[in-house]
Amino acid sequence: MSEATSAPPAGTVGSGDRHISGVAIRLDGVTKRYPGQDHPAVDDVTLEIAAGETVMFVGPSGCGKTTLLKMLNRLIEPSSGRIHLGDEDVTDQDADQLRRRIGYVIQAGGLFPHMTVATNIGMVPRMLKWDKQRIAERVDELLDLVGLDPAVYRDRYPRELSGGQQQRVGVARALAADPPVLLMDEPFGAVDPITRQRLQDELLRIQEELGKTIVFVTHDFDEAVKLGDKIVVFDVGARVVQYDTPERILAEPAEDYVADFVGAGATLKQLTLTRVGDVDLMQVTTATVGSDSAQVVAAAQAAGDGFVVVLDRRGRPISWPTVAELARTTTVPDTVDERLPVVGLRSTLNDALDTMLAASQGGVVVTSRRGGLAGVMAVETVMAAIQRTRTEVAG
Amino acid sequence: MTAATELHPEDAPQEVPPEETARQADPSAAGDGGWRALLLQPTLLALGVAAFLVWRVTAALSETERRQLGWTVLGNSIREHLALTAAAAVIVLLIAVPLGIALTRRPLRRLSPLVIGIANTGQAAPAIGLFVLLAMWLGFGFGTTVVALVVYAALPVLRNTMVGLQGVDARLVEAGRGMGMSALSVLLRVEIPLAVPVLLAGVRTALVLLVGTATLATFIDGGGLGVLINTGITLSLDSLLISGAVLVALLALAVDWLGRVVEHVARPRGL
Repeated sequence: MSEATSAPPAGTVGSGDRHISGVAIRLDGVTKRYPGQDHPAVDDVTLEIAAGETVMFVGPSGCGKTTLLKMLNRLIEPSSGRIHLGDEDVTDQDADQLRRRIGYVIQAGGLFPHMTVATNIGMVPRMLKWDKQRIAERVDELLDLVGLDPAVYRDRYPRELSGGQQQRVGVARALAADPPVLLMDEPFGAVDPITRQRLQDELLRIQEELGKTIVFVTHDFDEAVKLGDKIVVFDVGARVVQYDTPERILAEPAEDYVADFVGAGATLKQLTLTRVGDVDLMQVTTATVGSDSAQVVAAAQAAGDGFVVVLDRRGRPISWPTVAELARTTTVPDTVDERLPVVGLRSTLNDALDTMLAASQGGVVVTSRRGGLAGVMAVETVMAAIQRTRTEVAG
Repeated sequence: MTAATELHPEDAPQEVPPEETARQADPSAAGDGGWRALLLQPTLLALGVAAFLVWRVTAALSETERRQLGWTVLGNSIREHLALTAAAAVIVLLIAVPLGIALTRRPLRRLSPLVIGIANTGQAAPAIGLFVLLAMWLGFGFGTTVVALVVYAALPVLRNTMVGLQGVDARLVEAGRGMGMSALSVLLRVEIPLAVPVLLAGVRTALVLLVGTATLATFIDGGGLGVLINTGITLSLDSLLISGAVLVALLALAVDWLGRVVEHVARPRGL
């Protein structure tokens, strides 16, 4: 039972007043043996996941992390061992009933293509015999939560949505009956990096609001560091090699195996630990669409700024012309710069650097949760953070 | 604001890549095209029927021909032919669809290659041989004909039921089970609706096959339009032979068209 691991107290997780609607999960000697295989796919795993935490399962492919996840909702029946949800032993409960209390998100959402978005989201509530009115209200509420306008998307079919939007609906569907536990099986594996980054930010926001217990399988260590309160690093047979906070796994990998898995870029991975909201942002001159250019130029020159961030009428950044460009106009133009690099306060420095590189810009505009301007971050800030961690590692 | 991290509804449409937006306009266009194709077939059919009627009314026919091509005789032949086809089709549906479903479920999945093999062999056997052998065993008449037709037409329905169900993305089944749907409910609400287009294509194939094969019923005293063709051959009356053949062809086209309409209507939206 060397892998009998229980995480250190969750001192680092959130603030005490955070709303938690999740329940704890306890695995006790869970094993899965397949006939005809010498070694169990999952070998005697004992693990405790605290209520309201996001725990990331990482490890090489074939290590049993997905098998372990699917045993939590009994899509795969354990050969032996017990599984507890909160105070309940659910190992022998009716599997269908159990699964209605556990949200399940798979890659690309797994939406039913012949059902509308609303029907997809309402599946579990309908099975639980909610009345129509309540289901309709819940569908709209969830679409709002995942950032899709209910009036626009409610009656669409999955094929009419982009990959990222399908994934959002997939998350909404899993949350439909307000389950305390959410299982996510590489949900963001099939979308492009920029969309993935946004979906991750959304998940962080939703989780902050809801406080579910989330178990999330990923092969992307950066994703694990970004989203996880805790990370479990697995080896073959779902052997728990290390179960700790991202900070400690990066700082003190338990075995060479973990160090190898985390990779040589561990210094850079510290960038994933730092959120954009954690660093000092530059405040710059702003201008609202349609205001007098000369005045804005004067203000920018007085403040010593080389560029101005233009906000639309709802206060959201749409472009960042240089002072020289602005001086050639009479009123501030309302052109939307499609390539304006934007990240949120919850994005990591890593995301910010990616976004800058993708846009070939030396900085990013940072928005607050509602989309308003929070400030600007220059590439130098990221460099300083890298320099700082390097010095720390060297010292 | 295309790169805004906090997504707002206004941003969402921009998130859809152009090609996906293009695809959205697609279904309605495809639908219209589908209907246009569906309207072509009945037009040709009506022309065919009209041509036959004109010929039948205006042609100079001998006494024998007139008797054989009398409206009541023709009507009865067509009715018999349709009765054979319909009876066989209903039985095929009742047998092949449930069997196809059962053979894609876990306990019987191992048997599916065997059953498909047997069905393929049945299909490969010449229909006329099948008719005669069954008649020697079960006797002549309507019932035997229906049995022979069922044996002959079950394969396309069985195979398409299985192919349609096997074509359903396994992840959707897992998603359904993962959210707490029972195996039956996943079958009824996810797998079968998604398999319907393939399944119905199989049914249509079977129906057309049935209309054609039912002409052989005449050899084992099963009635139908085959009688007309057979009489035409025996008495060397080309008018009877050709009338029978044309009517069978028109019937097959009509049945095929009906099948297409059903497929078009029953196809689940969103695919």
